[in-house]
Amino acid sequence: MPAPLLVPALVAVAFLVLPLAGLLIRAPWSGLGKALSGSDATQALVLSVWTASVSTAISLVIGTPLAWVLARTSFPGQRLLRALVTLPLVLPPVVGGVALLLAFSRVGLVGRYLDYWFGLTIPFTPLAVVMAETFVAMPFLIITVEGALRSADQGFEEAAATLGARRMTVFRRVTVPMIAPSLGAGAVLCWARALGEFGATITFAGSFPGQTETMPIAVYYALENDPNAAIALSLVLLLVSVVVLVSLRDRWLRRGPVL
Amino acid sequence: MRNDLFDGLTVDAEVTRGGFTLAVSMAAAPGEVVGILGPNGAGKSTLLSAIAGLIPVSAGRITLGDRVMDDAGSGEFVETAGRPVGFVFQNYRLFPHMNVRDNVAFSPRARGMRREAAESTAAHWLTRLGLTELADRKPGQLSGGQSQRVALARALAGHPQLLLLDEPLSALDAGTRLDVQAELKRHLADFAGPSLLVTHDPLEALVLADRVLVLEGGRIVQAGTPSQVARQPATDYVAKLVGLNLYAGHADGANVKLDRDGNFIIPDRGQQGDVLVAVRPSAIVVSTQQPVAGSARNAWQARIVGMTLLADRIRLDLDGKPSALADVTPAAVAELSLVSGAEVWLTVKATDLEVYTHGS
Repeated sequence: MPAPLLVPALVAVAFLVLPLAGLLIRAPWSGLGKALSGSDATQALVLSVWTASVSTAISLVIGTPLAWVLARTSFPGQRLLRALVTLPLVLPPVVGGVALLLAFSRVGLVGRYLDYWFGLTIPFTPLAVVMAETFVAMPFLIITVEGALRSADQGFEEAAATLGARRMTVFRRVTVPMIAPSLGAGAVLCWARALGEFGATITFAGSFPGQTETMPIAVYYALENDPNAAIALSLVLLLVSVVVLVSLRDRWLRRGPVL
Repeated sequence: MRNDLFDGLTVDAEVTRGGFTLAVSMAAAPGEVVGILGPNGAGKSTLLSAIAGLIPVSAGRITLGDRVMDDAGSGEFVETAGRPVGFVFQNYRLFPHMNVRDNVAFSPRARGMRREAAESTAAHWLTRLGLTELADRKPGQLSGGQSQRVALARALAGHPQLLLLDEPLSALDAGTRLDVQAELKRHLADFAGPSLLVTHDPLEALVLADRVLVLEGGRIVQAGTPSQVARQPATDYVAKLVGLNLYAGHADGANVKLDRDGNFIIPDRGQQGDVLVAVRPSAIVVSTQQPVAGSARNAWQARIVGMTLLADRIRLDLDGKPSALADVTPAAVAELSLVSGAEVWLTVKATDLEVYTHGS
């Protein structure tokens, strides 16, 4: 192996691995339980898990049909639509948060009517957390499922139609089961992204403990006054990430990342 | 109009797909098995897809019994799911996530049967095709022949009025193909509606079909019984498939002037006009010396440009006026020291020439 390639490669490895190693080394292993059982940490963990799960569920329910529309139909402006709905992948999350705020705040585009008609105020509530996470994470599910739908053999759907199945029956009994692995992978990816969401959430939902303070936000604030708790919370998130990576190993570790 | 077609299929339509146009006019009566024979890209699968409603026709109409399935003129179009059609696909397309029983029960369920009724319908077809023991297997655990049977059971379980089979045996290895073929023939005989069987294997068409349509370049170029098609091929493609030399020419009594090079003397039946002449390769006699006049009345010179060993004989590819394929024994090759490039004489008896007009 030529040194001009090997040396930078090793530098890259060190750069990526050393901080994680530092986290493990610095971890207050003996006081871990105590650091995590602080009421704030538990609250943050619980909030993060349920909001990430709800946004994943929402993404599955509305993102899967959108993936189907993108993969299986063609209409003018479809490319533009795909670009728009996948934009949150590359958009700085804080910009997403600002955008959500402008749309759903009390004086926002949609928010003013929600407030006027229903007396509903979204920002700085757990609902806002779910919305911020969904906004950022759903595109991961959409592109994963769209890719699966594109590469799936449509011959099976044709066969189902010749057997008398109407479109919804085909979708439910043939299409969905056949892309189930990708639905699972997309959901895991979406859930992991939602769990780690910080920028959009803190902008749109703020950081009220027990209400909108998710794990990443709790880590950020804990670092100031209780570093041990911050490390412990980080370890939990690291563990979750490892589990996600292992569950996606067939898709991600065999070849390069396939989105 | 024609009573036997009351429950039959009629297609009189054009289908455009990309730059390709299929223009077909055909009918199939209940109980009849129509073989659709043709090279790749001839439009065979397109025809089945149009009949199943997977592609709309661009002109004309398709009817099944007294029901219009697709009519470009009136805009009537029955969706695939609403057509009483059973489709056996080339690679079967069994649903990989369902076991055999659920695959077979799929159509009765999709067509509105309750679960128990659908399962008993599936059980009936599984028994009928000898698949009961495989009911709990997934398609991935089946052999080719078994998959073929499941595909047929799945298509029949939906109680179709028309059966479409797209190269149903092509995915099988040669060993199982003959067994499955015999079995398929029995099931096709039991089926009350018309069946359309697409194939590029002439043997399959000859064995399974009551009638053969030859499709080339999106057109029907020949229609007839399997034996007619095998004896009097209308095109080079069919002639090659059934292993005959085919020449187009112009007849004038006992003489046929071939469109390319050469001339044939034929038994004089007062034939006039454009004809086709088919000659079996085994009817052509090869010799190294000019033959003396005999009952073989056609003799011409040719050069060997290729030799292929067939099971028990050697097929010579001969360049002459006309060019021909001729079969000789390995012994003859040795005795006459036939090699590529050698000049030989070919003779064929006038009575071994099959002379017919095309378009009948």
